[in-house]
Amino acid sequence: MSRISQRLNQAKASGKKILVAYVVNGDPFPQATLPTLHAMVEQGVDVIELGVPFSDPMAEGPVIQKGHERALEHGTSLNGTLEIVKQFRATNNTTPVVLMGYANPVERFGYAEFAKAAANAGVDGLLTVDLPPEEVAVLKAELDANGLDNIFLLAPTTTVERAQKIAAHASGFLYYVSLKGVTGAGHLDVDAVKTKLAEFGKLTDLPVCVGFGIKDPETAKAVAGLADGVVVGSVLVDKMGAQADKTAEEIAASVGDIISGIRKAIDTL
Amino acid sequence: MSQSIDYSAFPNEEGHFGPYGGRFVSETLIYALDELQSIYSRLKDDPGFQAEFDKDMAHYVGRPSPLYLAERWTRELGGAQIYLKREDLNHTGAHKVNNTIGQALLAKFTGKSRVIAETGAGQHGVATATVAARLGLKCRVYMGAEDVKRQALNVYRMKLLGAEVFPVTSGSRTLKDAMNEAMRDWATNVDDTFYIIGTVAGPHPYPQLVRDFQSIIGREARRQSLEQAGRLPDALVACVGGGSNAIGLFHPFLTDESVKMYGVEAGGLGIETGKHAAPLNKGIPGVLHGNRTYLMEDENGQIIETHSVSAGLDYPGVGPEHSWLKDIGRVNYVAINDDEALAAFRKVTKTEGIMPALESSHALAYVEKLAPTMSKDQIIIANLSGRGDKDILTVAGLDGITV
Repeated sequence: MSRISQRLNQAKASGKKILVAYVVNGDPFPQATLPTLHAMVEQGVDVIELGVPFSDPMAEGPVIQKGHERALEHGTSLNGTLEIVKQFRATNNTTPVVLMGYANPVERFGYAEFAKAAANAGVDGLLTVDLPPEEVAVLKAELDANGLDNIFLLAPTTTVERAQKIAAHASGFLYYVSLKGVTGAGHLDVDAVKTKLAEFGKLTDLPVCVGFGIKDPETAKAVAGLADGVVVGSVLVDKMGAQADKTAEEIAASVGDIISGIRKAIDTL
Repeated sequence: MSQSIDYSAFPNEEGHFGPYGGRFVSETLIYALDELQSIYSRLKDDPGFQAEFDKDMAHYVGRPSPLYLAERWTRELGGAQIYLKREDLNHTGAHKVNNTIGQALLAKFTGKSRVIAETGAGQHGVATATVAARLGLKCRVYMGAEDVKRQALNVYRMKLLGAEVFPVTSGSRTLKDAMNEAMRDWATNVDDTFYIIGTVAGPHPYPQLVRDFQSIIGREARRQSLEQAGRLPDALVACVGGGSNAIGLFHPFLTDESVKMYGVEAGGLGIETGKHAAPLNKGIPGVLHGNRTYLMEDENGQIIETHSVSAGLDYPGVGPEHSWLKDIGRVNYVAINDDEALAAFRKVTKTEGIMPALESSHALAYVEKLAPTMSKDQIIIANLSGRGDKDILTVAGLDGITV
């Protein structure tokens, strides 16, 4: 069983909600990432989603776009991201790490080469925002061959028929995009999420985590009550950007504080 | 090479031209693309839709645009006869309006109340703002902050037409970033918004439908060549940024094997300098803006900044059908540098009394090279895709003159 499934089953068995946290590798500077990942785990993150910076992050709102830009200014690459995961694994062999990014850096790396290198580094899964099931076949074969989970998005605009198709391709967990829009948007509608999740929940045994637009413990709690877990990203990236002039340890601690608040809120469910 | 290819069979159902094209977008947009595809396949052969498109082309745009024999320029170059397809005479001054009318009609037939667009030089933004004004649609145009500075006249034109111009300050602040921002808007407002993409790039079905709307250029040129010269041309020349005016001219001639085709990319300061916008000459295939195509990128797969004196060609990708036509050898893709394009701009302005857009000047600069290598009984059709009024301030600036 993959590290992702193991961890998510564990959470489910203990009746806890899954907390997935996203930061961009190399943001706001390369040395900040590793201590931040460890701090997030200490404060109760179940799955790390590590953003691979891209020059044209089409699905991101302004906050995460800036995170990508800051990371790229420091020359952060996909190769460097794998290196960070390897370093993380030196002291943590249990927390799943999913890379989240866009197709082109992976294409340039080479699908087969990437899958192999990612597995070697200790990566557990990949979420490629701009590779829907129709275009993913070649990459998926390589991920499968290397035991990596392929995480997919479901959206408010996804039909039930299509969700079935996506679920058939997916492993690990499904990521439900809570709103029509980009990451960090401000118009989350909890009732709408509820209706849609009720439809999708029947289609799959995979855990469903909800993200986009979750900015504080209250929204995290409201949404976590409807799903298996929540994904937070923009609120962390925003904090990291605001502290670009602080030390790596200070940045890690402040991200840990946000995580701790969200963890406590969803643990009351 | 291309002998037995049925070009009308491309793209296939999934939007692929060979290995290129496709649909590389976030899940949120899939539904909108499916909807667009089903509406377009229903309407493209619908007589009512076609009649309205044809009527607008004739009475609003002023088509057919002339095919003009540039006699004085031809004599000076001393080779092939040069015909200019005068897209610069269209309403709004460029070929862009052919496509915006088509897509705005789709928006109207689907009941969307708001349109958005990305623009580089501003020609597509102006064309979109124009049709939005006429149909009473709300309109927002995304434009890189750099381009807003370079194309101040077009920015003001769009505002006069009632559009909101949104300067994009992320990334390289040019066309590619405007396209990212338009995609984000569309993902957010997908219920009431129609995204009018200005070129033959983007996720399926855009490369197909933009090509279909722009193919009126080539259909007319083919007919006009037969009427005026009594034969088909020997060569077609068009500039390629995203590639919509080029595909519009080329597509109806693809099966005419005797017709050679030249797509002219922006060589900027020279394709050997790295400062250019010539992905078909110097790029490699990758994924950007919803399609697989030739791109300008670094060794890590990051899209790199491009350079061209013409904002409309300053784009790191290209329409996927061009990538395919390159690979199968049907079209030759060449590059023209900034200085060569500027020289052609001045030359054609003084020789023919026609001021071409800097984009189109790239095609004309290639004609200057090509025509003398051909005989006097041969024919070149160059696509004069837009007029140069919008570029006067740029040219004056290069001359050190403040207008």
